[in-house]
Amino acid sequence: MSYQYNIGCSLSNLKGIREFIRNSLKDQNVPEIEMSAIVLALDEMCSNLMIHAHHCNPDHLLELHVDVPTRGKFIFEIIDDGSVFDINEFHEPELDNLVHQKRKGGLGIRLVKAIMDNVEYLKRNDKNVCRLTKQLKVD
Amino acid sequence: MVHIKRLQEDGADIISVIGEIDASSSIELDLTIAKSLGEGYRKILVDCSALEYISSAGLGVFMSYIEEMKDKNVPLVLFGMKEKVANTFSILGLADLLFIRDTKQEAKKLADELSV
Repeated sequence: MSYQYNIGCSLSNLKGIREFIRNSLKDQNVPEIEMSAIVLALDEMCSNLMIHAHHCNPDHLLELHVDVPTRGKFIFEIIDDGSVFDINEFHEPELDNLVHQKRKGGLGIRLVKAIMDNVEYLKRNDKNVCRLTKQLKVD
Repeated sequence: MVHIKRLQEDGADIISVIGEIDASSSIELDLTIAKSLGEGYRKILVDCSALEYISSAGLGVFMSYIEEMKDKNVPLVLFGMKEKVANTFSILGLADLLFIRDTKQEAKKLADELSV
């Protein structure tokens, strides 16, 4: 089963993204703690893209795909045509430094890396595809 | 969408955060904490019992006040978090950097101890 959702790059649409992910996974017996973490990771990736690659322009679209697996390996793709920001190449600042500098950013990428098993970037039909994978034990 | 209410109890400002805090709504939390500090409260408690969701934008707000609270000797104590919200804090190890308690009574007690 796969699901798709297209949405404009407005931060007010993040709630819709969270609902889409929840709805896509609702019949998969995903434990609530895992569900919340996955929803969070997708929210973080989309808000990062909206802010940094699309400057919150609601006319720019993100395309979300969810592949619900047969063996517990969930695949989430975010497709856009903005500039690519590879979080694997980003070195998160130490928490102590964030506190000292009173910075509000820098935590989202840390969350995504902690929650997802893998984050990779590819090109498909001239568009950027950010693919996040998560292996879950589901009944 | 988030609703934020404030009430005062025994000299502490209690900020109740209701709903979801993400990148679109974290500014409201930021402004509320700034206002509470600006009004001179010496103890600030954040009631998270109706907080359903928080993303890094909201976590960043709490992080950004750690130094200022320390400098001003104003304890900021969070309490009443649901498990799914607490999990977000613990993924990042923020439970060691912020003051978090289960109940309002425990939060008040800690704030009293810290503000002496």
